[in-house]
Amino acid sequence: MNQENKVAALDAEAMSIKSVSLWRITWRRLFRRRSAVVGMIILGILVVIALTAQWIAPYDPLQVLIGIEPVKQRQAPCIHLFGCPEDQPQHIAGIDGNVRDEFSRLLYGTRVSLWIGLSTVTFAIVIGTILGALSGYFGGWVDNVIMRIMDVLLAFPSLLLAIAIVTVLGPGLTNALLAIGIVSIPSYARVVRASVLSVREMDYVSATRALGGSNFDILFRRILPNAMTPLIVQGTLGIATAILDAAALSFLGLGAQPPMPEWGSMLGSERNQVFTAPHLVFLPGFAIMLTVLSFNLLGDGLRDALDPRLAHNT
Amino acid sequence: MIQYILRRFFASIPVLFGILLVTFALTRLIPGDPCRAILGEKATDEVCDRFIKEKGLDKPILTQFGIYLTEMSRGEFGQSFRFGMPVTRLLAERLPTTVELSFSALILSMIVGIPLGIISAVKHNSWVDVITMVWANIGVSMPVFWLGLMLAYVFSLLLKDTPFWLPPSGRISPGISSPSVAEVWGLTLPETGFVTGFFDFISRMNILNALLTANWKLFKDAVQHMILPAVALGTIPMALIARMARSSMLDVLGQDYIRTARAKGLAYRNVVLKHAFRNSLLPLVTVIGLSLGSLLGGAVLTETIFGLSGVGRTLYEAITARDYGIVQAFTIVIAVFFVVLNLIVDISYAYLDPRIRLN
Repeated sequence: MNQENKVAALDAEAMSIKSVSLWRITWRRLFRRRSAVVGMIILGILVVIALTAQWIAPYDPLQVLIGIEPVKQRQAPCIHLFGCPEDQPQHIAGIDGNVRDEFSRLLYGTRVSLWIGLSTVTFAIVIGTILGALSGYFGGWVDNVIMRIMDVLLAFPSLLLAIAIVTVLGPGLTNALLAIGIVSIPSYARVVRASVLSVREMDYVSATRALGGSNFDILFRRILPNAMTPLIVQGTLGIATAILDAAALSFLGLGAQPPMPEWGSMLGSERNQVFTAPHLVFLPGFAIMLTVLSFNLLGDGLRDALDPRLAHNT
Repeated sequence: MIQYILRRFFASIPVLFGILLVTFALTRLIPGDPCRAILGEKATDEVCDRFIKEKGLDKPILTQFGIYLTEMSRGEFGQSFRFGMPVTRLLAERLPTTVELSFSALILSMIVGIPLGIISAVKHNSWVDVITMVWANIGVSMPVFWLGLMLAYVFSLLLKDTPFWLPPSGRISPGISSPSVAEVWGLTLPETGFVTGFFDFISRMNILNALLTANWKLFKDAVQHMILPAVALGTIPMALIARMARSSMLDVLGQDYIRTARAKGLAYRNVVLKHAFRNSLLPLVTVIGLSLGSLLGGAVLTETIFGLSGVGRTLYEAITARDYGIVQAFTIVIAVFFVVLNLIVDISYAYLDPRIRLN
C-alpha cells in the first residue's frame, strides 16, 4: 500500500469516528447504566410483542368464545403447566367479561399503547418545537403571546384539561390522543425555547447571519440541533406520561372504545369485578406499568448519558 | 420581597384571563344546544327561548364574553341542572373532600419521600439506596387507578378478617356521627356568611373535624377510610419527592462547605440535617408544587375508585352528563387554585433563595 492510500485510509477512519462519536459515546454510557439496560430490554420485548402480535397471540383478540370453547365469563387463568386440567382449553390470562381470551387482548394492547405513546409525543414535539423555536428566536411580542398561551395550558392539571378537550371533541381514541398531545405541547415548547435562548447570541450564529444565512437557515440548521438532546430525553419521558394519561382517559371511558384491546379500557370495563375477577384488573394495569416503567428507565438513562457534565466519565 | 410578590402576582393576571377565556370557549364549543346543555334535555322550547334571551345567548359572541366575565367576577356560577342547586353550594360541599384527600396524600408523600431520599443520598449505592430507587421508578410508573383497585383488593378482601382490613370506599362508616365543629364548640353562627362557611368547610373535613372536636371514634374511622385513597394518590408524588430529595441531597453533599463543616468537627448527623438538608430544599419545593397538579388530576381517578364525592369525581361526572354549570365553575376553581399554588411555590422559592427575588 502506498503512502497516499494510507493517508486516505487514515483520513476516512478519522472522519468516520468523528461522525459517529456523539451517538457512540451516548450508546456506550447508556449501556453502562443498569437501569437503562433493564428499560431497553423491557422495551425491546414489548416492541417484539407489538410487531408479532398476530402470530404469537393464541386467539383473535375480538373473538367471543361462546359456543366455541367450554369457557365461562371472567374465568380465572388456566395454565396447563400449573395444574390446570389438560382437557380444558388453556387461557394463560383467563377470560374477560365478554368471553374473550384476555392474554391475546393483552398482547394486542402492546401495539395500541406503543402507538399512543409515539404518536402523541411526535405530535407534541413537532408543534412544541415550532412554537418554542419561534418564541425563543424572535422574542418580543411573539414570545410573549406564545408563552402566555403555554402558561394557560399549564394552569390546568393535565388530565383534567385532557378530559375537557375530549368532551369538546367527543370521546374516542383519536380525540384522546389529540387531547393528550395538546396538553403536553408546553413542556416541549419550553425546552426548545430555553435551548434557542441559550445559543441565540453565540458567535457562530452571528457568523451565519453575517454570511447571509436566512432566518430559516439559522433557526433550523444552526440553532435547533442544540435542542435535540433535551428533546430526546423529554420525549422519552413524555411517552411514559402520555401512555399513563391515555390509559386514564380510556379507563374513564373517554379514550379507546370497546372492543378495542386497549389496557386502560380493558381495566376500566372490569373495575367493578376487582373482587371477583382480580386477574382482569391486575394484568392490564401491570402491562401499563411495565411499559411506562421501561420508558421512564430509558429516559432517565438517556438524560444521564447525554449530560455533557458527565462527559469525563467515558 | 413584597415587590417580588407583587410582580409575580401581576404576571399571573394574564394567565387567569386565559383560564376564563379557555373555560368560556370550552362551554361554547361543546356540540349541541347550549340551553338544553345547561337546563337539561327535558327543557321545553318555551323555557329555552326565555333562557336564551335571559342569558344573552342570542347576542354577539363578544358581548356574551363580556356578560360571562361580569358574572364570574361576581362569583355567579349558575345552577346545576342535575342537582337543582347553585353550583357554589355544591362546590362548598364537595371541595373539603378533595382538599382533605390531596393534603393527606401530599403529607404522606412528604413524610415518607423526604427521609427516604435523604437516607438514600447519605448511604449512596447501598442496598437502601438501590431499593428506594427501584421502588421510586416503579412508583412513578404505576397508573393511579390500578394501584387504587389493587390496594382495595388486598386490604379490603384478602386481609378481610385481620386487623389490617381497611374499607374499600366511602369516607366514614354508617353509624359514626360527625357533629360539626360549631355544634360541639357551642357556637351560634348566622345563617350565612364567611364565618359560617368557614366552619362548615372545616367540619366537612372529617379528620380535621375529629381533631378539633376530640372525637376519637370519628378520627379512627375517618383515618381508616383515608389510608387507601391517600396511598393510591400519594405514591407518584412520594416517588418523585424521594428521587428529587436524593439527587439534590447528593448534589449538596458534594459541595466544599459540607467538607468544611465536617472538617471543623461537626457531627455528620448535624451536617446532613442542618447544613445539607436546608440547601437541598429548593428543588424539592418545585417538585412538591408540581405534584399538586398531578394530585388534582389524580383526584378524579382516586375519587372515582374509592367512591368519594369530591371535586374531581363531580367534575368528571358533570362532564359526561354535560352538566355545564358544574363544568364551568369547577374548572375555573381548580385552575385558579392551581395558579395560586404555583404562585405560593414561586414565592417560597424566592424566600428560600434570595438570588431569585433580587434578579
